[in-house]
Amino acid sequence: MSAVSWTTLWSRPKENHLCQTCIDKLPFIKGDTCSKCSRPFSIQDPQFRKADLCTDCLRWNQNPGWSGMFEKNISIFMYDDFMKETIARYKFRGDYIFAKAFSPFIREKLKTVEFDYLVPIPLSPQRLYERGFNQSAALIYEAGFTVMELLQRIHSEKQSKKSRFDRIHLNQVFEPLNLNIENRKIILIDDIYTTGSTLYHAAKVLKEGGAASVSSVTLARG
Amino acid sequence: MRFTPNMTPYLNGFPPESLQISSIDTIPEPPLNENYPFNKELQQVLYGKQILLENLLNPLNEIHQHFENGYISYRKGITKTKVKTVCARCGNKERSLFASFPCARCGEKECTYCRKCIMMGRVSECTPLFSWCGPEPVHERKEHPLVWAGTLSPGQQVASDQVKQAVIENKELLVWAVCGAGKTEVLFEGINAALAFGKRVCIATPRTDVVLELGPRLKAVFPGIQVAVLYGGSEDRHTQAPLTIATTHQLLRFYKAFDTVILDEVDAFPYTADESLQYAVRQSRKETSSMIYLTATPSQNWQNECHSGKRNFVTIPARYHRHPLPVPSFKWCGNWENSLKKDKLPSAVSQWIKKRLDNQKQCLLFFPKIDKMEKVLTILRKTYPKIQAVHAEDPDRKDKVQMMRNKEIPMLLTTTILERGVTFPNIDVAVLGAEDRIFTESALVQIAGRVGRSAQFPSGDITFFHYGKTGSMVKAQKQIIKMNTEAKKKGLIDY
Repeated sequence: MSAVSWTTLWSRPKENHLCQTCIDKLPFIKGDTCSKCSRPFSIQDPQFRKADLCTDCLRWNQNPGWSGMFEKNISIFMYDDFMKETIARYKFRGDYIFAKAFSPFIREKLKTVEFDYLVPIPLSPQRLYERGFNQSAALIYEAGFTVMELLQRIHSEKQSKKSRFDRIHLNQVFEPLNLNIENRKIILIDDIYTTGSTLYHAAKVLKEGGAASVSSVTLARG
Repeated sequence: MRFTPNMTPYLNGFPPESLQISSIDTIPEPPLNENYPFNKELQQVLYGKQILLENLLNPLNEIHQHFENGYISYRKGITKTKVKTVCARCGNKERSLFASFPCARCGEKECTYCRKCIMMGRVSECTPLFSWCGPEPVHERKEHPLVWAGTLSPGQQVASDQVKQAVIENKELLVWAVCGAGKTEVLFEGINAALAFGKRVCIATPRTDVVLELGPRLKAVFPGIQVAVLYGGSEDRHTQAPLTIATTHQLLRFYKAFDTVILDEVDAFPYTADESLQYAVRQSRKETSSMIYLTATPSQNWQNECHSGKRNFVTIPARYHRHPLPVPSFKWCGNWENSLKKDKLPSAVSQWIKKRLDNQKQCLLFFPKIDKMEKVLTILRKTYPKIQAVHAEDPDRKDKVQMMRNKEIPMLLTTTILERGVTFPNIDVAVLGAEDRIFTESALVQIAGRVGRSAQFPSGDITFFHYGKTGSMVKAQKQIIKMNTEAKKKGLIDY
């Protein structure tokens, strides 16, 4: 047992938003993953693995327009049915408290990486009004860090309604806000990494604006 | 959204004096301007409802004009006092089911929202609930919409007359009808009378499968009437129907909508356990309205109120087929959990099962817990490989019940999930561990009610295997015997 003092008795207990049953259901990414995008190799057909990269990342790397734009993505959880349900409730139903529930995991992950700025993937003004909050910015804020809004959306159409081809070949969807990011190390924060398209596009804008490096931390690897 | 003190709404560019709706002391209710050319579609959408702005297609200024002319009311989604926070839509007061967030809609750092009903769209401190407070939409009246050639049993007839009277006089009535009495038919005359008066009727029940079963039955007997069938995921959105059949959850969308609410299975989960559903039923009623409760198993509290004359009620003590209810017998089976640990069933239980399966009589065996049931399943399958087990989370639940109906399986093990609603024509039923707390008086009466339901097979065996008799078991047995005695006295059973 740890030592009991007056502070243990009188200080506010650490906020705990998840019960043990739900903590046990969290699908932490473990074992071998793609060194660039965190995709777990264990649930992947081996033909999609080339050395320590997945074939998707290989394709991004081989494309002259994209190579060198994006360092890497770190995801915390796999996007299984439990996470699908949880993230849907968080962002589509707008149950903000999940940002607090996830905050310890985000904080933990951010301890392992170096950065100057944490940048959320922005929402269009309409979507922001609909949801009432930006789910990426909330993850940064609730983890106790400063939110740096460096990007905005040019136009909006729901990502989830587009095909992979559309997502990757679409023209730029972000534009820079007040950029003063010369030689800064930037980490983008988003809820899910699916094809990587959103993050690559955001990274490109920041790189072209002078950032030293851009990587990302995401809740789930889709 | 924020409002200025004169209630002008703003979606953005808030003037400095604007507030969240929950911070406005009293919301004015402008008088009805009868010359205002109100939008009839808006009336159709909003009448009897409480709706969020995102569910309305009309522009905000049109809505606000209706407010200023007394046709639409704004209510606070969340009311907050120093001591408590309440959600006006679902009635939630539980502190742990509220959370707050920096809100992009109102710009406040701490905008409190309700987590209990969030699946229907988030209600927060800056969320107004929109309702119609102008005139009721007119709909066609039919003098006698009921088309039904069936006849009622004498027991049903008495109840039917009382239901009709309660509907006409806007009273409350409990119909206490035994399992298999034929409750639905008892409602026909009452609904007929209500519809003939131009009243709006709602039949609500906690269970989706009951809604799905009642929908087609009522559409068939009220062929000229539009019937709205509402449950989670239902397509029916033309909700201004004179007759609505809905799960109690769906009533959270309604506000002062119905002249008659009929609540089926008042004692069923989750209605009894979830206060917000009781709140939803209250909110959905008009101030002057009738309320009919239907159940085979009223709570102890309600039974007491009936016997002391505080609650208006009518009983249907006999089944429509005029046979008495099978009375449960008790059989002590020792520490059955210990036997299971040794991979054995108590011999009384295995004999009961063997007798049935040898004679090819289908049976249901109820368990208090899933893990015990799974254990028994492995033991029984050694001898009877075709036996199946179901519980609430089982994805194959429906298929297994259907297999039982098709007589493809000899025996089904189950949790209390099958305690009501299901009918298998010729079965015996037993409970293992009837002493468990989960088997309340009403659960046991319902379980016993699974036996002898069809006119071709009006009898059957119901046994409670127990390790110590409980008050609930005794009360359940007494209730059944009492109903049989009452039925005999009233001449409602022949056998």
